[in-house]
Amino acid sequence: MERLRRTMMFVPGSNPGMVKEAYIYGADSLMFDLEDAVAVTEKDAARFLVYNALKTIDYGTTELVVRINGLDTPFGRDDIEAMVRAGVDVIRLPKTERKEDIEEVEAVIEEVERKIGREVGSTKMMAAVESPIGVINAYQIASSSKRLIGIALGAEDYVTNMKTKRYPDGMELLGARTQIVIAARAAGIYALDTVYSNVDNEEGFRNEVELIKELGFDGKSVINPRQIKPVCEIFTPTAQEIKKSIDVKRAAQDALERGLGVISLNGKMIDKPIIERAERVLQLAAAAGVYEEVMENEK
Amino acid sequence: MKNSIGREIPEEILNGKKLYERPFSRDEEIVKAAPKVKPVNPYDSKLLGSIEEAIVKSGLKDGMTISFHHHFRAGDYILNMVVDTIAKLGIKDLTLASSSLSSVHAPLIEHIKNGVITKITTSGLRGGLAEDISKGLMKEPVIIRSHGGRARAIENGEIKIDVAFLGAPSSDEYGNASGSRGTANCGSLGYAKIDAQYADKVIIITDCLVDFPNMPASILQTNVDYVVKIDEIGDPAGIASGATRYTKNPKELLIAEYASKVITESGYFKDDFSFQTGTGGASLAVTRFLRDEMINKGIKAKFALGGITKPMVELLEEGLIKNIFDVQDFDLSAVDSISKNTNHYEIDSSFYANPHNKGCIANKLDVVVLSALEIDTDFNVNVMTGSDGVLRGASGGHCDTAACAKLTIIVTPLVRGRIPCVVDSVNTVITPGESIDVLVTELGIAINPRRLDLIEKFKNVKIPVYSIDELKEKAYKVLGTPDKIQYDDQVIAVVEYRDGSVIDVVRKIK
Repeated sequence: MERLRRTMMFVPGSNPGMVKEAYIYGADSLMFDLEDAVAVTEKDAARFLVYNALKTIDYGTTELVVRINGLDTPFGRDDIEAMVRAGVDVIRLPKTERKEDIEEVEAVIEEVERKIGREVGSTKMMAAVESPIGVINAYQIASSSKRLIGIALGAEDYVTNMKTKRYPDGMELLGARTQIVIAARAAGIYALDTVYSNVDNEEGFRNEVELIKELGFDGKSVINPRQIKPVCEIFTPTAQEIKKSIDVKRAAQDALERGLGVISLNGKMIDKPIIERAERVLQLAAAAGVYEEVMENEK
Repeated sequence: MKNSIGREIPEEILNGKKLYERPFSRDEEIVKAAPKVKPVNPYDSKLLGSIEEAIVKSGLKDGMTISFHHHFRAGDYILNMVVDTIAKLGIKDLTLASSSLSSVHAPLIEHIKNGVITKITTSGLRGGLAEDISKGLMKEPVIIRSHGGRARAIENGEIKIDVAFLGAPSSDEYGNASGSRGTANCGSLGYAKIDAQYADKVIIITDCLVDFPNMPASILQTNVDYVVKIDEIGDPAGIASGATRYTKNPKELLIAEYASKVITESGYFKDDFSFQTGTGGASLAVTRFLRDEMINKGIKAKFALGGITKPMVELLEEGLIKNIFDVQDFDLSAVDSISKNTNHYEIDSSFYANPHNKGCIANKLDVVVLSALEIDTDFNVNVMTGSDGVLRGASGGHCDTAACAKLTIIVTPLVRGRIPCVVDSVNTVITPGESIDVLVTELGIAINPRRLDLIEKFKNVKIPVYSIDELKEKAYKVLGTPDKIQYDDQVIAVVEYRDGSVIDVVRKIK
């Protein structure tokens, strides 16, 4: 696992106050939005603001993502050029429907990288799928470029196209979510879920995060700092899960040292997927800062 | 002349005052002042028909000192009404010794221009009056005093009140006055209680005359000369807000979370600790985070102090706080609680924070959380002047509680809009840096280098710790170095430290 992407916080690229200090709330990634959150009359100002923020402000280890305007708008090309020059980590494409969308943006990114002498391929990409055709093409999109680090679901346009709306139980998104996680896993990249817009409904938000964790998503898009803590809590393994994972790892280590082919723990056989799951649990626990504590308590 | 923290104080404004040295440097014996008393005999009536009649009967003359309290805050009608009447009577050259002044007192500008008011001492100044004073409206500088400092100055005679005009939500005809049982209630009358004890003439002004005896009373009949019934003492909505709301501002919540962590990890968070939190968004949220930690760890507080709000009252009623000492109320929950809960005590401002009595309650305070407009790299705090140099705040109990508490925490955002709040040197020092232990911002905390024990303690706590210079650099890096404010030579306000020494002056803005 390269890094945690439990929370990706959306920040309107036209809001200086939020752009300058969004990183203090501990989101794993920040997504500065130049697209839907910015009025047409403010597109240039937002691009200029985000460019200068990326050049000036020390965001620490937070991953920096910028959602650009599509190449079919007058702003897309300028957005890419400015962000690659500013050294952004990840360019996020809106409304991705087919692999050609990725390839077109990639070509522009590469052109700018070559022009300014930035290492070709160092600018990563992620795609947001927001339509039925995008969901159908999810694997094609997810596997279209080595630059892709993840694929995300954008639900609002999708549910409208599907002639439905958002429901509390999330049934309307089940198909799309499943498709996206499967595509991401098949392509070996991250899967990120859509936003939950009612910031004041913490219970509804928690239920949704539980659901997407169960489905296998790596994280959730958030629109308010108050949503970060619940996601981290839900994605943080429990003490029991951590203990079990430590036991699994030790049993595997023990079997390796003793040259045993079959690993068993408390009379049950442990195979490779169980060990991989245990490792992921421990990585998540370490990232959340609870792993070492458990180890110490054990001593 | 420079005082011990390097502030330039012009000699001519000292007038016998000392330069600030350090907290608790004054330990001389004093003799308390005493008021003049004219006896009230059986069959005498104290009830008068109008404010005008009360002013005339009080014998108010040119050059005297009048006082008011600020428990009605932005809803106060009394002060303007009384000063208007005084002006009509042709009395001039008065000293106004209000416990504080706010933006509703802008009509004073005319009375200052007309020579009715020529001197002011107050804790706070805001709005149009503050702006005009900052531009040089008054010949005599305003004297800014803390709540404890004002009580001290009244008790030792530095402020000699000739006539106190004290608004009361309810009173009987014999002057037993209360902050409750009226239509516009304010709860505690803590600041007014001192005026009632030390003024030569005390006039209670109420819009709710109740049957004798109006007990329990905040101000007792033995201190009251006259009672005046008027139609309205103030706007209830401006006096106490309906309900203090918890902030949803993520930055304030983050600051509050850090501040709460500082308290719980400081070593002072143990059973029977005592604390005071302010009324700003972040301060209120600290109380909520503390509540959770108190329940988790089974800790109860011996007492809470200060201006009281709903979150404090909730903790009292839950049994998490054993006693509340209350000098001022900010919302209706607090107002209700003071008349209903027997362990919610009304205290006067001397009991609260006077440094020169035989032991104020602030002396027993473990933890205080205070806000700041600015704090500098020496930890000096400004709560009085804005980044434009204009008066827009209040000294309040800031320097009092900061000096007394074992752990003094300042909560402030690192930047407000485009203005840095951690700076090289504050415009105006209200509280000296040696009283401050920890600064909490949204980026993390800075511990005063004097507190080696805390520095050591927080090495193992999961909270970002910086030096205060690093925090300042972070602010300046994004915002740039602010231009210096252009001041004139004229001193428009003298800032007294709680012990009466001069800690700073405010000059006229250009």
